[in-house]
Amino acid sequence: MANTQLTPGVVSGRLAPEAYRDNFADKAPPLTAHEAAIAADRCYFCHDAPCVTACPTSIDIPLFIREIATGAPRAAARTILDQNILGGMCARVCPTEQLCEVVCVREVAEGRPVEIGRLQRYATDTLMAEGAHPFTRAEPTGRRVAVVGAGPAGLACAHRLAMKGHAVDLFDAKPKAGGLNEYGIAAYKTVNDFAQAEVEWLLGIGGIAVHNGKALGRDISLDGLRSDYDAVFLAIGLGGVNALRAEGEEKSHVRDAVDFIAELRQAEDLSSIAVGRNVVVIGGGMTAVDAAVQSKLLGAETVTIVYRRGREAMGASEEEQHLASSKGVRIVTGAAPLRILGEGAVEAVEFAYTKETEAGLDLTGETFRLKADQVFKAIGQSLEGAPEGLALSGRKIAVTGPGRTSLAGVWAGGDCAQGGDDLTVTAVAEGRDAAEDIHATLMGEG
Amino acid sequence: MADLRNDFVGIKSPNPFWLASAPPTDKEYNVVRAFRAGWGGVVWKTLGEDGPPVVNVNGPRYGAIYGADRRLLGLNNIELITDRPLQVNLDEIKSVKRAWPDRALVVSLMVPCTEEAWKAILARVEDTGADGVELNFGCPHGMSERGMGSAVGQVPEYIEMVTRWCKANTRMPVIVKLTPNITDIRLASRAAHKGGADAVSLINTVNSITSVDLDLMCPEPTIDGKGTHGGYCGPAVKPIALNMVAEIARDPETRGLPISGIGGVTTWKDAAEFMALGAGNVQVCTAAMTYGFKIVQEMISGLGDWMDRKGFSTLSDFTGRAVPNVTDWQYLNLNYVTKAQIDQEACIKCGRCYAACEDTSHQAIGMTPDRRFVVKDEECVACNLCVDVCPVEGCITMRRLAPGEVDARTGKPVPAEYGNWTMHPNNPGTCAAE
Ligand SMILES: Cc1cc2nc3c(=O)[nH]c(=O)nc-3n(C[C@H](O)[C@H](O)[C@H](O)COP(=O)(O)OP(=O)(O)OC[C@H]3O[C@@H](n4cnc5c(N)ncnc54)[C@H](O)[C@@H]3O)c2cc1C
Ligand SMILES: Cc1cc2nc3c(=O)[nH]c(=O)nc-3n(C[C@H](O)[C@H](O)[C@H](O)COP(=O)(O)O)c2cc1C
Ligand code: SF4
Ligand code: SF4
Ligand code: SF4
Repeated sequence: MANTQLTPGVVSGRLAPEAYRDNFADKAPPLTAHEAAIAADRCYFCHDAPCVTACPTSIDIPLFIREIATGAPRAAARTILDQNILGGMCARVCPTEQLCEVVCVREVAEGRPVEIGRLQRYATDTLMAEGAHPFTRAEPTGRRVAVVGAGPAGLACAHRLAMKGHAVDLFDAKPKAGGLNEYGIAAYKTVNDFAQAEVEWLLGIGGIAVHNGKALGRDISLDGLRSDYDAVFLAIGLGGVNALRAEGEEKSHVRDAVDFIAELRQAEDLSSIAVGRNVVVIGGGMTAVDAAVQSKLLGAETVTIVYRRGREAMGASEEEQHLASSKGVRIVTGAAPLRILGEGAVEAVEFAYTKETEAGLDLTGETFRLKADQVFKAIGQSLEGAPEGLALSGRKIAVTGPGRTSLAGVWAGGDCAQGGDDLTVTAVAEGRDAAEDIHATLMGEG
Repeated sequence: MADLRNDFVGIKSPNPFWLASAPPTDKEYNVVRAFRAGWGGVVWKTLGEDGPPVVNVNGPRYGAIYGADRRLLGLNNIELITDRPLQVNLDEIKSVKRAWPDRALVVSLMVPCTEEAWKAILARVEDTGADGVELNFGCPHGMSERGMGSAVGQVPEYIEMVTRWCKANTRMPVIVKLTPNITDIRLASRAAHKGGADAVSLINTVNSITSVDLDLMCPEPTIDGKGTHGGYCGPAVKPIALNMVAEIARDPETRGLPISGIGGVTTWKDAAEFMALGAGNVQVCTAAMTYGFKIVQEMISGLGDWMDRKGFSTLSDFTGRAVPNVTDWQYLNLNYVTKAQIDQEACIKCGRCYAACEDTSHQAIGMTPDRRFVVKDEECVACNLCVDVCPVEGCITMRRLAPGEVDARTGKPVPAEYGNWTMHPNNPGTCAAE
C-alpha cells in the first residue's frame, strides 16, 4: 500500500504525484506583460529613491521600472544586471519585505509597495529568455585571479573580474556551481533549475574557468593560490552548522536542516524524499522556515517550528512566518530543547520554556514534549575550513573596506566574511565590490 | 435635490448631458440605449446630402494616448460622417423623436457649400420632428478635403454665409459647431453670430497624429502602410476646449450667445467647469465611447450632489459664474504673493518636488539626509510646479502672505493694494507716478 500523510516514521511518497508538482510550483509566478505594465505604472520615479538605498546592490530601481513602463524590459534588465549580475536570482529570493519594498514610498503611504522584486524578475527573465549575454569583456589584462567558492559572492566577483579582462579560475568543493542558490534556497523560489541556468548564462561572459570538486584545504591551498595567482577571493560561505547541545542529538532522524534541503534541491523526483509524519524544526531563521515548509509540502502530517526567543527576534521575516503558517506549520516560540527521546530513532523532543533575564536567556522549570519522528536542526551555520593565517572577526573572516583580509592579495566576501546580512543580494554586492577593488589594485600596480 | 432640467435655445432636456454627434449617435439602436441609460439628449451623427453615402476606411480608424494603467486620455479618429443612407437615418430620427419626446434630438448636418444643398436637407430634417440642427463646420479630416467640415469652419465668411442660408431656410434652432483648428476662435463665433446662429457648440476634434508605428515607420492608425492626420478628442483636449469656450463667453461681440460645451467631458465635474465658463449644456463623445452609456448616471448624480452641497437649485444658478473671473494676464494682481508649503504629515518623501524644483525651477526645496523636504521661502516664486508633480493631493499647498508680511525672496513687505502689470514701474507703457 502506498504511503500517506498518516504513515508513521520517516518515509517517502506520502502524496499523489500531482500534489508534489502543485506544492512545489513557483511561489510567486512571473508577471505577465500586462501585469508588469500595471505594476510599473505605480512607481513614482522617486528622487534619490529610498528603495535604491535599501538595496544592498544599489540597483537603480526607478530607472529600471520606468524602462519596463516604457516598453524596454531589456534595457531594464541591463540596468539591474549592471549592479547585480544575479539580479534574476535576487528577484526570486530577496526578502524584499525587509529590503527595497519595505521602504518604498508607496508602502509607507498605502501599505502596498511597488512590486519591485517581481518587476525585477520580469525584466531579467525577458532578457535571459533570449539567451544572449549582455556584457562584453575588456581586453585581456594578463592578470589571473583565483576565486574560491562558486556561490553568489564568488560568481559576482568572477563575473566582474572577467568583464574587466582578468582571467578567472573559479574553484568549488561541490559538484555544481551556485552555492546555496543550488543547494540551499527553497525549491519553490527557484523552479525549473533556474540556479544552473543562471550560472550558465553568467559564464557566457567568457574568461571564467570553473573547477568543481576542488576544495580549499584538500585539493588546493591558500599558499598555493597566492603564489600562482595575482589575487585570491574567498567566498566559501558558511559550511558548518551549529550543534544543538541537547541530550540525544545523535539519535537517528535528527539531522541538519541544510543537508535535508540540499538533498531536496538535488532530488530528481521529490516523491523519493523521505519525511517524517511528525516533524519538529528547531531554530528561527530562514533555514528553519524553509525546512519546515518543505517538510509540510512533502506530506508531513504535523510540522512544528520551535524557537527559543520571541517571534520578533526570529531571523525569518514576518512574511516568511506567514508563509509557514499558511502552509499549516505551527510556530512555537520561547522554548528550547532539553533532550531528544526515543529508542534509537527519535520519538519525541522535550522542551523547556524560556525567559529573558538580564543575564540572557534562561530556562524555566516548565517543560513539554512534542511527538516527533524527524527533527531538523536549524540553529545557524558557521564558518568552516577558513585557511590558517587569516585574521577572524568574531566567527567570520575579518575584512576591511571592500573585502580586504589580513593577508595581502587575499579578499573575502559573502557569508564567510564579516559584515552585512547573510543574504544572496549582500553576497553579490560584496563579490562585486571586491572585484572592483582587486581590479583597481592590480591595475594600479601595473 | 437639485433640478437638472436644461433649456438650451428652447430645446428642453431632463439634464444637460447630451451625446455629441459621433458613432454613439449614429443609429436608432444606439440612441435608444443612450436614452434608456439616462442621456438628456443627442446630436445625431452628421448627415450628408442625399445620394450614395460616404465610405469609411476599412482598416483601423482610431488611435489613442494612454495614461497610467492604460487609461485612455486621448482618442484620435479618421472617421467620416454617417455612412448610412440619408433616408434610413431620417426615418430612424423620426421614430426616436416620437418615442422619446422629452429628450433633445438635434441633427448634425454637413453638405456641400451651396444654398440649394442646405435648403434641401433642412426641409427633410424638419419633417422628422427633430428639435434643431447643428452645422458641422468642424471635422478636420477627410470631409475637409472635399470643401466641407473644417474647410468651412476655418473661413469666417463661409461660416456666416452658410449659417445665414440655414436660418433663412428653417424654423428650427441652428447651432453652429466650431473647429478648434484655427488661431482665434472668436472670429468663428462672431461669424456664426452675425449669420444669425442660435448657438455655437465647440470644440470639434483637433488635428493630430497620435503616434508613429516605429516598425512600419508610419503614423497610426495605419492603413496599408500609410496614415493621415485625424481628429483628437477626449480628456486631453479639455483644456483647449475650456479656453475656447471662455474666450467666446467673455467676448463682448458675442455676449449672451448660447454655447454647448464639448471636448473631453468625462465626469460631472468637467461638465460643471464648462458650464461655469458659460456653456449652457455639454456634449460628450469619447467618455461614452470609452466606458459606455452608463457613465451618464455618475454625471447626473455627481452634478446633483455638488449642486445640493453648493445650494444651487437650478443649472442657471451657476452657469457662467466663472466668466467674470477670466481676465487677461495684464490684469492679474502682482501683489498676490504665495509660498509653497509642504504638509509633513501627508508627505510620503518621494522627492519629486525636490527633483522638479532643483532641476527645472528655482532651487527652492531643501532636502535633508533623512528625506525631509522643506520649502525655502527665500527662493520660492510660487510657480506651483511642486504642487503639480506631487503624487499626494493636498500635500503641497500655496499659502498667501498677508499684506505687510515680508516676502523672504524679495525682502519687501507685501503691498495691501491690488497692483497689476499695467501699473507696474517695469512696464515701459506705464507712466510711473513720481
Ligand atoms: C536554507 C537557506 C535558505 C536561504 N534562503 C535565502 C533566501 O530566500 N534569500 C536570501 O537572500 N538568502 C537566503 N539564504 C542565504 C543565502 O543563501 C546566502 O546568504 C548566500 O548564498 C551566501 O552566498 P555566498 O556566496 O557567500 O555563500 P554560499 O552560497 O554558501 O556559497 C559558498 C560556496 O563555497 C563553496 N565552498 C565552501 N567551502 C569550500 C572550500 N573549502 N573549498 C571550495 N569551495 C568551498 C561551497 O560549496 C559553496 O558553493 C538562505 C540560506 C540557507 C542556508
Ligand atoms: C469617432 C468620432 C467620430 C466623430 N464624428 C463626428 C461627426 O460626424 N460630426 C461631428 O460634428 N463631430 C464628430 N466627432 C466629434 C465629436 O462630436 C466631439 O466634438 C469631439 O469628439 C470632442 O468631444 P469628446 O472629447 O467628448 O470626444 C467625432 C468624434 C469621434 C471620436
Ligand atoms: S536585488 Fe533584491 S533588494 Fe535589490 S532591488 Fe532587487 S529585489 Fe530588491
Ligand atoms: S520608492 Fe517605490 S515608488 Fe519610489 S522609486 Fe522606489 S519603487 Fe518607485
Ligand atoms: S512631491 Fe509631495 S510627497 Fe513627494 S516629497 Fe515632495 S511634498 Fe513629499
